[in-house]
Amino acid sequence: MYQSLDKLCKLEAEHGTPFWKIVQEDDCRERGITPEESFAGMQSMYEAMRYADEHYDETLLSASGLVGTEGKKMTDARAAGKLLCGDFIGKVMEKALKTSESNACMKRIVAAPTAGSCGVVPAVFLSLQEERQIPTEKMVEALYVAAGIGGVIGSRAFLAGAAGGCQAEIGSASAMAAGGVAYLMGGGAPEIANAAALALKNLLGLACDPVAGLVEVPCVKRNVMGAVNALTSADMTMAGIFSKIPPDQVIDAMKSIGRSMHEDIRETGKGGLAGTPAGIAVRERMAGLD
Amino acid sequence: MNLTDIIGPVMVGPSSSHTAGAVKIGQVGRKLLGERVAHAEIFFHGSFLATGKGHGTDRALVAGLLGMRVDDVAIPDSFRIAGEEGMTFSISGIDLGDAHPNSVKMRLTGESGKSLEAVAASVGGGQIEIHELDRLKVNFSGEYPTLIVHNIDKPGYVTEVTAILAKKSINIATMQLYRASRGGNAVMVIECDQEVSQEFIEWLEQREGIIKVTYLSMEERESGLASDMRYPQAAE
Repeated sequence: MYQSLDKLCKLEAEHGTPFWKIVQEDDCRERGITPEESFAGMQSMYEAMRYADEHYDETLLSASGLVGTEGKKMTDARAAGKLLCGDFIGKVMEKALKTSESNACMKRIVAAPTAGSCGVVPAVFLSLQEERQIPTEKMVEALYVAAGIGGVIGSRAFLAGAAGGCQAEIGSASAMAAGGVAYLMGGGAPEIANAAALALKNLLGLACDPVAGLVEVPCVKRNVMGAVNALTSADMTMAGIFSKIPPDQVIDAMKSIGRSMHEDIRETGKGGLAGTPAGIAVRERMAGLD
Repeated sequence: MNLTDIIGPVMVGPSSSHTAGAVKIGQVGRKLLGERVAHAEIFFHGSFLATGKGHGTDRALVAGLLGMRVDDVAIPDSFRIAGEEGMTFSISGIDLGDAHPNSVKMRLTGESGKSLEAVAASVGGGQIEIHELDRLKVNFSGEYPTLIVHNIDKPGYVTEVTAILAKKSINIATMQLYRASRGGNAVMVIECDQEVSQEFIEWLEQREGIIKVTYLSMEERESGLASDMRYPQAAE
């Protein structure tokens, strides 16, 4: 697993091997498999993401009853043409809600990088594929790009809310999706790394403060924000707007912020939103269910 | 960590530690028992106890005991399926002291009457550790074929077991030794790179001074129940 986006940029520049292929070669080395086996595995992840999106059940509610049915509300609002953000962003929002709600309702999803942030990458990728008619093979390559970015963040910092707050989960998912979009829009390694950096910068400091300790509030709606942030970061990048802080240093900043976060806002369900009177009321209601 | 930990695993939500990890603990418990579970007493500790209901930790653990995998869509229905399969279980809370916050103690009885007691923890990202087996402290991940031998604490058992593993060309990845007291019961936990044969395990069980042999195989001897592994084929 690579520990530096800068290193990946240099490898692409030196050898002319595309970013996604470098990530794939590393996967083949680590797991002792062929490129074909690796590709088939990654494609099955993409198909599982699509499957989760297509099998959203609009009638389900989570164990606490706090989330569920909201993806359908976005579908309806989009169909009625009510959305300020337009149809494409509306679709991204809808898909992010659907996959995250499916996760909260014990349906099958793909952790990317975590279950709590599982809606970001599929919302962005599936919507963009439909919008631009991109072949699935290319989408799978972009998934390697996303995985490569997540690998660097995981090696250099962390991907778990318990370790570094929500910035480590939704922040990383958003950076992964942004890099993937930059690739799909024709960017090379510098654009991929930059889009990831812009996305992560925007989410630095985000606390992991789930109500009653459950992967529901605010997790589900933060997937929407992470997905939209990925697109704006990729758009800025492809417009030629670059981060003044190098991508690896942005990741290091995320690590340093995570380290200084109080444990109450690192997935313990104590501080932040979980510690509000409304949050505490939910926790007490759940405790009473036993 | 490898690429499939970044994009993946495919799992039933909502939490890799509280749901997928709990399924894995159940699976390992069933495999360590070596047969179908007839009855399970389940005791949740710490965060598993506090937030387990909302994360479906209870249904996930029972699903694992039934042999389901982390991506089995039948996980939420595991209580009903346990009824159909004739597996009974009880669930309650426990204070295991300074154990990992995501810990569970299981007392399992198999269909032939075999029994096993284990404490396991879900340590993050769906990874698990077994921390206690039949009241002796251990520490293994369940990611390797693992041979666990309980013997009387006397000289020679370690040599005997490892010599035969070497003869069978089985490489030892890690090895740990524990004992309850000097001259009392001891346990060796050997994580291997290759599978250990059933024949060797049966031979070992017959040796004098060997109290119990438990083996965790990585081979899928039985498929998940009511497993739904349908993936749409790639369209393009």
